[in-house]
Amino acid sequence: MTQRLPLIIFALVLAVIPLLPGIPPFWIVLLDNIGLAALVAMGLVLLTGVGGLTSFGQAAFCGFGAYTTAVLTTAYGVSPWLTLPASLLVSGIAAVLLGLVTVRLSGHYLPLGTIAWGIGLFYLFSKLEFLGRNDGISGIPPLSIGSFKMLSPDTIYYAIWVAVLLAALLTMNLLDSRTGRAIRALRRGHIAAEAFGVQTPRAKLLVFIYAAVLAGLSGWLYAHFQRAANPTPFGAQAGIEYLFIAVVGGAGYVWGGVLGAGIVVILKEVLQSYLPYIFGGQSQLETIVFGIMLVLLLQLAPQGVWPWLMSKLPFKPARKTPDTSVKLEHRERAPGTSSVLLHIDKARKQFGGVLAVNDVSFDVNAREIVALIGPNGAGKSTTFNLITGVLAATGGKISVLGNEVANAPPQEVVKLGVSRTFQHVKLVPDMTVLENVAIGAHLRGNSGAISSMLRLDRTDEAKLLAEAARQIARVGLSDQIDQLAGSLSLGQQRIVEIARALCVDPMLLLLDEPAAGLRHMEKQRLAALLRQLRDGGMSVLLVEHDMGFVMDLADRIVVLDFGTKIAEGTPASIKRNPDVIKAYLGAAA
Amino acid sequence: MNTTIMLFLLQDGITNGAIYALLGLALVLVFAVTRVILIPQGEFVTYGALSYAMLATGQVPGTARLAVAMGLVAFALDLFFARKALHARLVMRSVALNIVFPVALLGLVYALVGPHTPVAVNIALALLIVAAIGLFLYRIAFQPIAHTSVLVLLIASVGCHLALQGLGLVFFGAEGLRGPALSGAAVTAGPLRFTGQSLAVYGLTVGFIVALWLFFGYTRTGKALRATAVNRLGARLVGIRTTLSGQIAFLLASVIGAISGILIVPITTLYYDTGFLIGLKGFIAAIIGGLVSYPLTAVAAIVVGIVEAFSSFYASNFKEVIVFTLILPVLVLRSLAAPQVEEEKD
Repeated sequence: MTQRLPLIIFALVLAVIPLLPGIPPFWIVLLDNIGLAALVAMGLVLLTGVGGLTSFGQAAFCGFGAYTTAVLTTAYGVSPWLTLPASLLVSGIAAVLLGLVTVRLSGHYLPLGTIAWGIGLFYLFSKLEFLGRNDGISGIPPLSIGSFKMLSPDTIYYAIWVAVLLAALLTMNLLDSRTGRAIRALRRGHIAAEAFGVQTPRAKLLVFIYAAVLAGLSGWLYAHFQRAANPTPFGAQAGIEYLFIAVVGGAGYVWGGVLGAGIVVILKEVLQSYLPYIFGGQSQLETIVFGIMLVLLLQLAPQGVWPWLMSKLPFKPARKTPDTSVKLEHRERAPGTSSVLLHIDKARKQFGGVLAVNDVSFDVNAREIVALIGPNGAGKSTTFNLITGVLAATGGKISVLGNEVANAPPQEVVKLGVSRTFQHVKLVPDMTVLENVAIGAHLRGNSGAISSMLRLDRTDEAKLLAEAARQIARVGLSDQIDQLAGSLSLGQQRIVEIARALCVDPMLLLLDEPAAGLRHMEKQRLAALLRQLRDGGMSVLLVEHDMGFVMDLADRIVVLDFGTKIAEGTPASIKRNPDVIKAYLGAAA
Repeated sequence: MNTTIMLFLLQDGITNGAIYALLGLALVLVFAVTRVILIPQGEFVTYGALSYAMLATGQVPGTARLAVAMGLVAFALDLFFARKALHARLVMRSVALNIVFPVALLGLVYALVGPHTPVAVNIALALLIVAAIGLFLYRIAFQPIAHTSVLVLLIASVGCHLALQGLGLVFFGAEGLRGPALSGAAVTAGPLRFTGQSLAVYGLTVGFIVALWLFFGYTRTGKALRATAVNRLGARLVGIRTTLSGQIAFLLASVIGAISGILIVPITTLYYDTGFLIGLKGFIAAIIGGLVSYPLTAVAAIVVGIVEAFSSFYASNFKEVIVFTLILPVLVLRSLAAPQVEEEKD
């Protein structure tokens, strides 16, 4: 309960504010506006700060929410409460349609795309006859409970802030869950997340819809607060402002959205009321100050105000330690038709004119450690990418336990029991070691977004975290379990990746240079761990440059040079193989 | 459809499209060098156009004073960032560029301004003012964060747009302005009449496309600018002054923007906030061109202009809606065609 304490206090303070004698009604109006902006900003936090999808178009979704209730209540006389689901539904559907085209966009095309449809929708709102064109729709009925009508700013205040607090609670619950971890992994690129079964396009669409529904809720409240809707507050300018709010508060933090809304709304008010006194009656001065402050902020504090405030706190919020006694069931094994675990037959990969992997064939059997070695550029990592579905092969066959992989996406390959680490560490640096490792168990849980928001996922979640903690203990990083992954040394980060891969409960572990950056003792511990895994029934295929490490550990070695397999055999035979010596040391040796 | 109407619409579309092409080119240029998606490009257009229009009426535009103010900030930044190694040469150069240049320009404006100043002088002054603003804008807003992600740069760019647009209102007021025509010449071909103005638009657009293409494809400086965009650190290691590259890019972009503005202000009334929309249409063209290809951008801009002309004739209410949704299928096709391999950014 202690974790909820600040939230309860915050809620109580908010509840009391309008009841205090002598509070200017104007302050309540400001607080209403802050709440409305906070709802949209919270969606943006999830979308932009956490998910890495920048949207300048959120104001348009407010428009969908506001206009839906405006049309339904004024033209059809529907009760305002009944229009709430309709408003959310319309913004949600709009988000699905726009999201399907938008979230596929990569890099900077995405924010540009949102600017484009944001402006397009603004003009649509202001031109459509049934939305009242530029004048909009007025005479929207107030929200009412029985005969009590929320006419004044201090009555709708409660509706707005209940919505904000509920949204914050649901959003935080969502982030602290299996789905939340998948969303948080999006920003750092999708390859790592997909390697553990996360359907990244679906996760992106999910946050997009979530943010749009929150914006729609804000729009619905706005319409009943103003009792009117016109296109201006849903234009490009407003969309930019919402993004500004999220950036000011701290785009990665739910409360950053609320704080940012407070700062920006109050600041705007102050600027609007005092700037004209200082500079004469010119309008729009606040946009100048606004723009300049946005640029300054990015230069001075790109993380936003919330994380800065949190770092000033004298105490750190305690983290719960997972109860490792909870057991997670083993993953269901894919049906096998072959005793060979991994069978690679003439795998081939061409990048334009470069032949990176040239008809390479080899097998990995059960309970075996196979090393894939070769000079730099030999095609080792490319072979890994072919096996795990990150790259599509140009030719050849790869099968796991007799099931042909046939260029299946990474999410399907991992289901067959193949998990991997990466040559260039792909962890989420601002997530803890525990959370990073738990991504590995993604496919072993089944709670969705809705059950996470409502906290119905706790048994499932406890099992996933317990499994993650067990794997972290297994690789010997229990002391670092609550540290941010980005704060570990590179060698330790590689070990975290191994723990994450073990969370899949794999049959075959693919390790890309696991020993790089490790000290001697750490290497020995790693070798012991890998032997232990093999004796427990797992197979390991590893790429490694440390020959001492490989020769000691591997049961069998496959050597690649310029994409072609030049040798295969036991460590002893490889050491003597003239082709291998030639590849490594040159012809004269 | 009547052929004459169609020809008129085509002509109108191509003239507008040529302006969008100029802006699109500038956007591609800036993005290719600095990775900044230059939203304030539209402000360069209005600043150029309205400064020219004000000069033509014999007034001193506020932009000239803005250039001085921005120069002072840029100078302060120069000193602050070089505070650990202040060489006399460095300071002198900074003084010359950031203080002497804009102050001299302001003096020149005051000396030359008048109702009878020749058109060419007014154009030159307007161009110089906007060029100075463009240069200082990079120094102040973008140079300190040049190493950050495209996204951070984009948000900063939006901030600059807001500030400059607000300043535009202060300088030029809410009333629109129109400038005097550059030349009264006109050529008639069939039902169409080509004014000297529109011919200048075509000529300059084609000229800039060819020049930029030659510059980036075949000159050392052009290649250095491109190298900066791909890898700042790498470019610095081989001796390219990356901050200079950024400044050159912004200088070119602001001049191109101002020229576009001066070309259209005799044809249509411009308001302080018109530039944003015009710039965005240049954007659509630039994005269709993938932010890399100059010829493709130019073609796309012409298409945008023609689509706009036709939709303003047939569905004038939904003109902007149509133009802005034009971008979506293109964006989707683009990202489907080039599956992202970008990882490990920011």
